[in-house]
Amino acid sequence: MSLRNTVRAFPSLLRVGFSEALAYRAELHVWVLSTTMPFIMMALWTAVARDEPIGPYNAEGFVGYFLATFVVRQLTGAWAAWQINYEVRQGTLAMRLLRPISPLWAYAAENLGAVPMRVMVAVPVAIFSVLVVGEQAVPREWWGWPLLLVTLLGGWLITFLANVCIGTMALFMESSNHVMDVWLVLFFILSGYMFPVSLGPPWLSALVDWLPFRYQIGLPVEVMTGRHELPETLLLLARQWIWVLVLGTLAVTLWRRGLRRFAAYGG
Amino acid sequence: MLRRYSRLLGVQLRASSLLAMQYRGDFLLEGVISLFWTFTAMVPLLVVYGERQAIAGWSFGEALLVVGWFTLLQGVLEGAITPSLNGVVEHIRKGTLDFVLLKPADAQFLVSTTRFEPWRSTNVLTGVAIFVYSFHLLGRGPSIPGLLASVVLLGTSTLLLYSMWILTVSAAFFVVKVDNLTYFFQSIFDAARWPSSVFKGPLAFVFTFLIPLALMTTFPAEAMLGRLPLRALVAAVVGSIVFAFISRRVWLRSIGHYTSAGG
Repeated sequence: MSLRNTVRAFPSLLRVGFSEALAYRAELHVWVLSTTMPFIMMALWTAVARDEPIGPYNAEGFVGYFLATFVVRQLTGAWAAWQINYEVRQGTLAMRLLRPISPLWAYAAENLGAVPMRVMVAVPVAIFSVLVVGEQAVPREWWGWPLLLVTLLGGWLITFLANVCIGTMALFMESSNHVMDVWLVLFFILSGYMFPVSLGPPWLSALVDWLPFRYQIGLPVEVMTGRHELPETLLLLARQWIWVLVLGTLAVTLWRRGLRRFAAYGG
Repeated sequence: MLRRYSRLLGVQLRASSLLAMQYRGDFLLEGVISLFWTFTAMVPLLVVYGERQAIAGWSFGEALLVVGWFTLLQGVLEGAITPSLNGVVEHIRKGTLDFVLLKPADAQFLVSTTRFEPWRSTNVLTGVAIFVYSFHLLGRGPSIPGLLASVVLLGTSTLLLYSMWILTVSAAFFVVKVDNLTYFFQSIFDAARWPSSVFKGPLAFVFTFLIPLALMTTFPAEAMLGRLPLRALVAAVVGSIVFAFISRRVWLRSIGHYTSAGG
């Protein structure tokens, strides 16, 4: 499992992931349809803000915010936890272990392979957002664009690595799907997916600053809609990547330890 | 005919309850998780009402009634509807639906009653507790005719939920990989957490006529408050029967598309 092999194999794995996403495009559309929560929250918050703005957000601000939320959720999606759970239980993980490349890279490639298809959904929504709310929908400073890409990558990494951590727990317990459920609940509420985190009570915002969820959705969305000045953005970006490092270390450690316990039942 | 089906239902119920007794440990875990979910899911509501006294004519206590109905119906959904119908999706994928179709009873009846998970219905109790709390906040009791109407609406809402599930499952005959249908359904149902008058324009139309979420949670809450017009009650009953009829037709047509296809 040398690094060179991995680097050489990764592009092919990405292609495989992409073909798979293409083959199951009907499924992908169902997924996209099941991430319509931002539109519901958009309807709700614009109704609330119709008469006067709430904090820094007026009705248009909310439209821009939640369309961006939809876009970011599309681009940072990962589902490795369910995949790993399923493969551990079915014993098919054994097949992956036979290959001369760590399954973690394979999962990453499969999850990333769906991104091009998701871009095709996300870009029209982003364009629509610009048409509706104007320049509020995209970064207004030049540095916003590269930082948006970096925060999107960070957001995806946090989502993926958290998925791996929780999926790997399936090697220690019967099934970690319940853990994933709890994680998802916290993610929905605390990531800025249902309301901009700055609108919560102060203690909630303070808590959210130190948890990983906000850096999955909230931060990329805020950068996309240009809510922060440069120094503040950089500070938040640093926190995001600290979480990437923490979760990355945790994922690798859990994986190494868990694999020793793996016995391919059935399969 | 009716006697035969009620006996069948009895048999299926007994099998499910035996199974449920076997997994008692799940009860605690599921209960804790769904309690956790219910209360965390209220955070957005608290944030919204932290900013405003009333939204679209609904005060906090009144909106909480809608949440109560949402929670109660979620209990019904997870305890009585999803477990069986999740099995259908599995059957379709594996091609084992044959065994169900071969049995000398209506396939929709059989697949809808295979599994009940009483442990999962903790949400029904949570929902009732939320009702009590919101009337405490409102400082008055529910109106008695309204309460009766809301019981009728509980029936229509359950019928609507069930029909929506049948429609979703029917999609499984056409889409190959369908593990995510449950998530799809839940994400749509989630909008029922909010009073329907919040939604304006196209969404209001969709949530009243195409996906009748308004009928499921907002109508019963309004009935409890004693402000649901009789006309709306009648419309809800007729509407849900029509919806159930449509879903039955769709199911029958979709099952015609079933090709077994081993594995």
